[in-house]
Amino acid sequence: MIKRLLGCLFLVALALPASAAFDVGQLMSDLAKHKGGKAKFVEKKYISLLDKPVVSTGEMTYTAPDRLEKRTLTPKVETLLLDKDILSIEREKQKLSINLANQPEALAFVDSIRGTLAGNRAALEKNYALYLSGNSEKWVLTLLPSEQKIAAMVQRITVSGQKNQVRVIEYLQTDGDRSVLSIDPIELK
Amino acid sequence: MTRPATRAFLIWLLAMLAGAVVVWNSHFSADMSFFLPAKPSAEQQVLVDQLKEGVVSRLLMVAIEGGDAAQRAKASRDLRGRLEKLSEFVAVQNGEAGSQDADRNFLFEHRYLLSPAVKAERFTIDGLRDAIANSIDLLASPAGMMIKPLLPRDPTGELVEMLGGLNAGAQPNVSEGVWASRDGERAMLLIQTAALGSDTDGQEKAIDLIRSLFAEGTPGGELTVQLSGPGLFAVKSRATIKGEVTRLSTISTLAIIAVLFFVYRSGRLMTLGLLPVVSGALAGIVAVSLAYGTVFGITVGFGSALIGEAVDYSIYYFVQSSKLSVEQWRARFWPTIRLGVLTSICGFAALLFSGFPGLSQLGLYSLSGVLAAAIVTRFILPPLAGSNFAMRDLSHLGPVLKRGIAVLQGLRWPVIILTLVAASLLAINRDQLWHPNLSALSTVSAEDGAIDQALRADISAPDARYMAVITAPDREAALQAAERAGQQLDGLIVQGIIGGYDSPARFLPSLAMQASRRASLPASEELQARLQTALTDSPLAASKLGGFLDDVTKAREQGSVTRETLNGTSLALAVDSLLLQRPNGWSVLLPLRPPGGDKGIDIAIEPVRAALAGSGALFVDMKNEFDNLYNDYLHEATLLSLAGFVAIVALLAVTLRSPRRLATVLLPLLIAVVLVITGLHLAGEQLHLLHLIGMLLIVAVGSNYALFFDRADKGEGLDSQTLVSMAVANLTTAIGFGTLALSNVPVLHAVGITVGPGAILALLLSACFVGRQRD
Repeated sequence: MIKRLLGCLFLVALALPASAAFDVGQLMSDLAKHKGGKAKFVEKKYISLLDKPVVSTGEMTYTAPDRLEKRTLTPKVETLLLDKDILSIEREKQKLSINLANQPEALAFVDSIRGTLAGNRAALEKNYALYLSGNSEKWVLTLLPSEQKIAAMVQRITVSGQKNQVRVIEYLQTDGDRSVLSIDPIELK
Repeated sequence: MTRPATRAFLIWLLAMLAGAVVVWNSHFSADMSFFLPAKPSAEQQVLVDQLKEGVVSRLLMVAIEGGDAAQRAKASRDLRGRLEKLSEFVAVQNGEAGSQDADRNFLFEHRYLLSPAVKAERFTIDGLRDAIANSIDLLASPAGMMIKPLLPRDPTGELVEMLGGLNAGAQPNVSEGVWASRDGERAMLLIQTAALGSDTDGQEKAIDLIRSLFAEGTPGGELTVQLSGPGLFAVKSRATIKGEVTRLSTISTLAIIAVLFFVYRSGRLMTLGLLPVVSGALAGIVAVSLAYGTVFGITVGFGSALIGEAVDYSIYYFVQSSKLSVEQWRARFWPTIRLGVLTSICGFAALLFSGFPGLSQLGLYSLSGVLAAAIVTRFILPPLAGSNFAMRDLSHLGPVLKRGIAVLQGLRWPVIILTLVAASLLAINRDQLWHPNLSALSTVSAEDGAIDQALRADISAPDARYMAVITAPDREAALQAAERAGQQLDGLIVQGIIGGYDSPARFLPSLAMQASRRASLPASEELQARLQTALTDSPLAASKLGGFLDDVTKAREQGSVTRETLNGTSLALAVDSLLLQRPNGWSVLLPLRPPGGDKGIDIAIEPVRAALAGSGALFVDMKNEFDNLYNDYLHEATLLSLAGFVAIVALLAVTLRSPRRLATVLLPLLIAVVLVITGLHLAGEQLHLLHLIGMLLIVAVGSNYALFFDRADKGEGLDSQTLVSMAVANLTTAIGFGTLALSNVPVLHAVGITVGPGAILALLLSACFVGRQRD
């Protein structure tokens, strides 16, 4: 607890000096300018049960403000499509569709990534406390869940990026397992 | 009273008392069996069973409106809590979290007996390696978070295998933790009643309970509740029919009494005149009750028309015999009336042969009613009335009517031209005349239908259009057959022909299947050794899978899953609704889901039939069956109407013994049919099979008038009395059938709107064509 508190203080301390020039509002408006694009991703899941991380790779396409497609190519082809509040997952011959409006916890989870990509501060602050460090060239945004139900699943979400491009999203789960999603934009010609 | 009169009266009274006893003990019903086939095919039997006792027929959808989302959610929880305790309801679902825990626990607990993937190969070294690698891959996916806690106990992913077959597609929205409509403005519940769909009393009780418990739980009236479902339709339509029977009979009786009073100006004659009517109505119900056991409400509703028809005979008697003795009347008029009665009977008798139970009842009811009324008029009425009754002199109306006839006879050519125009209009529009399906006969109002559709869409309630049906002598054989059919259906899912299916064998596999799954599980030491080898290069160490070894060992010793094991889960309900015990065996329903997406909401029927051929499963498309059923009825009604028409023509041909006279009697009747149908079409009525029956009845009833004119034509002349009696009789018939036209019950409305105007036209046209021109 003390450690976590110190961590927060540290983050706050980091955030304060930058706030004059670069604050959450500035970052959000930068991010909101990003109208979407295609990126490669590598996701590593560190799970205590497993001796090695589970690695998956693929492509992501984001279209502002609320359409995100994540196409996993290895180890198994799987498509995850988030369109407004409908999350559909297609894997082998199975197709699953979830209306996130029905699942507030899942929605909060999804909002962490969608809100960041879209620069939607209100959506993020609904469920998380935001802490920003760094400058517009290289920033780290930390999301700490404020809602009890989300805090029971996710301890912390750390998003880092450059300018208006998100580069790494790290989820630290409450049980200590974590996943790191690295995003590498494909430059459009 | 004279001696013969006393005797006649006593005989009549005895017959009436006997009839009253039968009616008192009759069973009346206003349910949909009126419309269901009397001799169903195998496919139609499925339809009938589903309508009467199928799960879908027992579902009630409930929407709570008003207030805010939190108030609605509270009311929804409260209502579920209250209803769940009652034995009238087998399931009350509102999407509350926690309600599915019992199901999940059951599935997980029995996964090695239930999972379709459990086979000996799955527990070999290669099989284990593949299955576990697959589960680890799944951890990488977004769904991974859900399976992570289960992995040490279920590394081969059996729970995922089982859930994969379930319908994860459409789910209702959730707001404040309970189901909500798509727009979020209503809280939704889905309730299954214990009462069968065919048990209208039970459905009514369930609906009243829902309404009253809702009112108890939400005082203040800010929230309102809306219901829909087959049960509600049944209850509403019964109320409609009950109300209509009373309303229509009252209207028609009062109107006819008014006419009789105007004609007779005598309470005694009026009362006597109603004797045949009362006798006929009673005889109709008695005959139906004795022949069918159950009397449909709609049949009784038809009584209003019968009253109008049955009263004619006494009108003929009193008006025509006022200046004649009984013997003279019998000699002069009775043969014509008798022929009229016989043609009416031919018309109604044709309906007796219908496979549409409602129609054959209407036929028997009317036939017996008309026959009884005629017999009472012929044998009971004259002795009771005596020879000198004070009949009001109506002969002053005679010249007026005769002038009318003269005018009509001048209109022959215009009428013929009009008829030709009307006939060509019908010929041109022949494809748009008919209502295409059975819904034409449904008493469900358009408004109720729209509410039902809206609620159904909001809650994603099943419509159960496609089904595979299996019958077997016992439960085990039924489940084994369901498993075999399931294998064929799995193939169709892979091909994308169907989207999925439900099967009772999913939660209650056959004992043979459970035994084979159990036999494929290796012993603990053996499994441990195989795991060691299989997981040598895996990120998951075999040492972490102790829970898996324990669970497999437990499953090897675990008893089989039986129907009782399912108690306490909603899966019990799913199994019960799909696996039904019948008087002579068991039947299994496998509802099929369409592929969805861009392939639409229809299933290609041929490939499914082909795949299921030889599996003993019968594929049924409910919508198709409904359409077929209606087409069968329509086709049959056409044949029966033609047969009735031919019988009437034959009867007239034999009696009249002259082709010319036969033609002049028939011509006005056919013209009346053409004009009425054209009129209905122009008025925007879509015709269905009861209009068709109505056409037959125009001929059957209208022939009475044509015959009187024919008799006059034969040389006896038409005296004022006869003309007046015909005019009055026609008026009462038109009132009787015309009242039916006011009905909201399509079956009654169609007959009324066709025969009411048809009867009047038949009289006018008979006057126009049959009577001899007197220049």
